[in-house]
Amino acid sequence: MTERHWQRKLVDAMVRGLCLVATLAALVPLGLVLYYVTSRGIGGIDRAFFTELPKPVGETGGGMANAFVGTLELVGLACLFGIPPGVLAGVYLAEFGERRFAKLVRFSADVMSGVPSITIGIFVYTLIVLRTKSFSAYAGGVALAVLMLPTVTRTTEELLRLVPESLREAALGLGVPKWRATLSVVLRTAAPGIATGIMLAIARVAGETAPLLFTAFNNAFWPTGLGQPTASLPVQIYTYAVSPYDDWHQKAWAAALLLVGMVLILNVSARLLVRPRVRSR
Amino acid sequence: MTQSVSLLGATTSARDSTRSSARTSAPPTTDQPKMRAEALKAYFGATEVLKGVTLPVASHTVTAIIGPSGCGKSTFIRCLNRMHEVVAGARVAGKVLLDHQDIYAPDVDPVRVRRRVGMVFQKPNPFPTMTIRENVLSGLVLNGLRPKDPGELVERALRQVALWDEVKDVLNRSGTSLSGGQQQRLCIARSLALEPEVLLMDEPCSALDPIATARVEELIHELRERYTIVIVTHNMQQAARVADFTAFFYLGELVEHDRTDVIFTRPSEKKTEDYITGRFG
Amino acid sequence: MSTLQKHTDREYEAELEKLKEQVLFMGARTEELLTQAMRAFAERDADGARLTMRIDRQVDQLELDIDQLCLKILARRQPVASDLRFITTTMKLVTDLERIGDLGVNVCERVIELSAEPPLPATQSVTRIAEAALGMLHDALDAFVAGNTELAEEVIERDGQVDAYYAQLFPELLQLMMKDAGSVFRATRLQSIAKYLERIADHATNVAEMVVFMVRGKDVRHAFALSRTDD
Repeated sequence: MTERHWQRKLVDAMVRGLCLVATLAALVPLGLVLYYVTSRGIGGIDRAFFTELPKPVGETGGGMANAFVGTLELVGLACLFGIPPGVLAGVYLAEFGERRFAKLVRFSADVMSGVPSITIGIFVYTLIVLRTKSFSAYAGGVALAVLMLPTVTRTTEELLRLVPESLREAALGLGVPKWRATLSVVLRTAAPGIATGIMLAIARVAGETAPLLFTAFNNAFWPTGLGQPTASLPVQIYTYAVSPYDDWHQKAWAAALLLVGMVLILNVSARLLVRPRVRSR
Repeated sequence: MTQSVSLLGATTSARDSTRSSARTSAPPTTDQPKMRAEALKAYFGATEVLKGVTLPVASHTVTAIIGPSGCGKSTFIRCLNRMHEVVAGARVAGKVLLDHQDIYAPDVDPVRVRRRVGMVFQKPNPFPTMTIRENVLSGLVLNGLRPKDPGELVERALRQVALWDEVKDVLNRSGTSLSGGQQQRLCIARSLALEPEVLLMDEPCSALDPIATARVEELIHELRERYTIVIVTHNMQQAARVADFTAFFYLGELVEHDRTDVIFTRPSEKKTEDYITGRFG
Repeated sequence: MSTLQKHTDREYEAELEKLKEQVLFMGARTEELLTQAMRAFAERDADGARLTMRIDRQVDQLELDIDQLCLKILARRQPVASDLRFITTTMKLVTDLERIGDLGVNVCERVIELSAEPPLPATQSVTRIAEAALGMLHDALDAFVAGNTELAEEVIERDGQVDAYYAQLFPELLQLMMKDAGSVFRATRLQSIAKYLERIADHATNVAEMVVFMVRGKDVRHAFALSRTDD
């Protein structure tokens, strides 16, 4: 073996080593967060945590059932308000958009995804809460939906663009009207990818606190209607974490663990969805 | 068969009546064209890619379109089923007669034209989200038509393209699980399931190996009995093998159109001669 | 042919060029054989005739080489249109040239036989046929080289002249034979030579017809036998 050969091997090993170190550096915080949240929160997870309402200050025990249900409610509303317009806007951009207007829409979507979430909270507060004179699950749902919208739109657009032109032509060549070709062929082909994008968007907004502070606010009781202030896990965590009570700290950790678990489940199911429906081999 | 789409009042019986007279030993003629382009011009934006082409396509014959890249041959056949205009900025002027009626007349729905004039593309493009079976039926299903006996239709279409024996046990696998040549035959079957009158093929073998190409060519010979075929090809030997008539396009113009044996033994135009003998540029 | 551009594929172009050269060389050798045969005839030169017969081996070898090259081009290039007509014409043309060579050998054989005998006065009439036939062959080959259909058509016309000369020769020889029974052997040999020359003119006509086909893509053979109206 020549000297050159060893030199080449050495450089190779060094670069590989550096990459490995960088990867570990990225993984360590993730691992630590998971470990810390689990070790601190696992103790607080019991039956009561899922079934009981929070106890008044001073009393121990109780749970976060209302916040758990509230989060599901808010995320559900966010999906309802956010996904259909988001997907359709994506379809418009990818399939029908005229150059100028589409560019404008794309630009606004990109800007919107960079807007701090608290700003969106304030925006929805002004738009809905001030008018209806009440914090509400609606307002919270809208805030989360606005947060999701740009991600869903852009993901849909990008994934539709990945669908080969030849499939559109195949459908049109069979005498299928364009709208039908778009829905039944193009969108269907991109569906697993789009679903993944949506799942990830949901996972992101499920943990948002800031936009909810001004919109859904909080509630110590079961939600009685969508027009009422509604508790949610992130806001509850925030409230409990800044309180001076150890019991509440414990509950905040448990809620955090629950939130992480939910996000994790969403992520994993998103990955599973990407698997094609039809067997290839 | 539920298919009875007739665009301009033309019935399928017209096709049946000519079937018996097809394939006699006499050389084919263009006396009774199935289709006829008249002073056909096509544009992409301001660029004129077809400069007034007049070309008859005889019933139950194979017409090959040859010419160097960019001569407008693909554009030409895409004008024959109004697929040219699906590209943004594309425009057509002139007439294309299908059974003596202009498919570019204002009251004609392009979608219906495409059901009568099917198309097979350069790259095999089965729908990846559909099974082999679903692919064959896709033309009908996407058009909202329900075949009476889908199983029989699938078998018939796949037998027509000599694919049945190869796939009859795996009909529920993805269309994309097949080899390139099988995929292309599947795409042809998909077009045939709609019972078109004319079949346009845009370089259908350019992505296939010689054996798969031979099978598709063999298929073209058989399909000529029932359909009128227009095939664009880069491969002059292929044109010589499969076509009754050959048209040579150059720079958006039709240079020469004649019986294939005449074109390949004694073309009238020097440009044709130069192109087919390989004396170009 | 010469009006066409060159092939994009230079190797292909070179193969066609080589084929053309070989055909020309074969034509030249055939003409040489005939010229030498007629010289030997005129000079009653048996040795010259024997020497001349050897040229035929070269002509035969050229036929084989040219056929081989044609097959190779057909297999590898799939020629079409004018190239296809050129190749198929060449394949047929070499058969005619080879036959002409064989007829030249026959002439030489008769020349050897005649050289041992005293001359007959009909020699001049035979030479007249020879000149006409050789002229036709020469012009047919020229027409092939130049793709000149007018010259080729003219050659086809001239076949009638050769037939007429040949028809005139027979009574002439008959008279000689009737006058002198001892001339029968020589007269029949002269008759044979004339027949060979007449055949050579027919082969030259074939070549000319092929040239017309090659250039125009139009078959002019058997124009009287079949009244085909193929455009």
